[in-house]
Amino acid sequence: MSTLLARFFELPLFVQDLLKGLAVIAVVFPIASACSMAERKVSAWIQGRPGPNRTVVPWLGWIPVVGPVLQRLGIFQLMADGLKFLFKEEPVPRQVNRLYYVLAPAIAIIPAFTTVTVVPFGAYFDPQGKIIPLALSHVDVGILAVFAVASLGVYSLILAGWASNSKYPFLGGIRASAQLISYELSLTLAVVPVFLWINAPGTGASLSLERAVAFQSQPGFWGGAWFVFVMPVSALIFLIALFAETNRQPFDMPESESDLVGGFHTEYGAFKWALFFVAEYANMIVGSGVFILLFLGGWNPLPWVPLSALIGGLHHATGWAFWIHPAVVGLLSIAIFLGKILFLLFFFMWVRWTVPRFRYDQVMKLGWRTLLPLAVANLIAYAIGIAFIQG
Amino acid sequence: MAVIQVQRKPLTLAERAYLPQIAAGLKITLKHLFAPNETLEYPEQRPAIPAGYRGVPTLVEDPNGREKCVSCQLCEFVCPPKAIRITPGSVPEGGDRDHVEKAPAAFDIDMLRCIYCGLCQEVCPEEAIFLQNQYSVSGYSRAEMVNHKDRLYELGGVLPDRHFKWDKKKAAEAAAAHGHA
Repeated sequence: MSTLLARFFELPLFVQDLLKGLAVIAVVFPIASACSMAERKVSAWIQGRPGPNRTVVPWLGWIPVVGPVLQRLGIFQLMADGLKFLFKEEPVPRQVNRLYYVLAPAIAIIPAFTTVTVVPFGAYFDPQGKIIPLALSHVDVGILAVFAVASLGVYSLILAGWASNSKYPFLGGIRASAQLISYELSLTLAVVPVFLWINAPGTGASLSLERAVAFQSQPGFWGGAWFVFVMPVSALIFLIALFAETNRQPFDMPESESDLVGGFHTEYGAFKWALFFVAEYANMIVGSGVFILLFLGGWNPLPWVPLSALIGGLHHATGWAFWIHPAVVGLLSIAIFLGKILFLLFFFMWVRWTVPRFRYDQVMKLGWRTLLPLAVANLIAYAIGIAFIQG
Repeated sequence: MAVIQVQRKPLTLAERAYLPQIAAGLKITLKHLFAPNETLEYPEQRPAIPAGYRGVPTLVEDPNGREKCVSCQLCEFVCPPKAIRITPGSVPEGGDRDHVEKAPAAFDIDMLRCIYCGLCQEVCPEEAIFLQNQYSVSGYSRAEMVNHKDRLYELGGVLPDRHFKWDKKKAAEAAAAHGHA
């Protein structure tokens, strides 16, 4: 183990970074694609159906207990779907603008996977007991980078809608742009109180997400409280705007298959269409990751129980030095963080099969006349409060 | 005409905020998430067939294992889509079935034409044809979709006879011959 680690650190820096990036993509991409099966399964269970459970492959499906379980969970169906997207014919409609038509799915997936680089997903403790967050790049602009890159995603929808040169995709693209721009305002305003609070005078200015987590892992009642308890209105606005930003029900205006056929991706098929969907799920993963880091305590297991307390407790209870090994701590923190992400992904699906789609004017009214004033009022109230407490 | 003015109460703040409603909805869907499935996983699980179900028409034998059909061709006549074709034949001499005079030499029901109306069962004076529980019919060709006589008996099997019409008649004849000779 340690020789392997030593070998890894001897590699040139760009190879190290490349390997780390591939490792992260190797986790995010399967989750994003498995989400499509989870979506079908959750919808089926909520509607009292078993969901896809018939597809089976030879040999793998014949393993005694594991095979049938995988079959019932639809894992083989997921593989079949993926293969289908890879191998099916990809017709390009005659009327499209070919360059932008082909470019749009790439533009959808690039920002979705770029934002992953600045999201910390775990932490470990160095010998001095100092917490070191795990992230592909430790940038100080954290949340700003996420917002800046994620908002590029809207271009893919507009481009796809426009390049399709067809009525319904065009309407879908227009709706997508209007919706994403409207809710981005509330989304951004909702996180400002968090960063006002964690940038107390004399601590140095930073927009990094790691610091938000560090603030939620302090001792004491107020120190250990996750920001969802300290700033519930911010969390609520952020969550609602996140649903809108990721085009999830009840805000899936850009698709709204009942009135827009398929929305911006009507003219897309096969792998290009699949790319849009993986990008959407990757956006959901990153979005819920940011929500967890800002409001749900990041990699801390429970409110008022920071990671260090959990590790210390385990070490104390069992007496194994194994628990304080940095790799174990890192993996444990990643597991906690991923668990929270998976729960939020489930929450996205749960809401999807509960709440019907809003009408378009309701979406606009909710965004501009409810959420935005609420976000502004919330910001002013918290700014005044924080000024009194910290000033 | 009387007009009833319905009082529309203004929505409360909680109702306008919409969030309590979403929470209530989430509770309901969560309950359904853990509820048992409604789906019948068909080829492994079969539906319960209700009494009086009209499935595939079949020919039945009486409890003594004898052919009941007497080839009267009433079912062929009544069949609305003309799915039934009967070729009448004779009963072998000297058996215990001399009294019925005729038996079908061939009995074909074309399941591509059959509309499962049950008129054949209703019209049959011998209670020889029944629409039973089988509902799944498949075949690779049109010829395969025609049920011939042996197949019809295979599907039909033996049904309990409530009347024993011919036994009663023979008993009555024997009694009459004995008593009034």
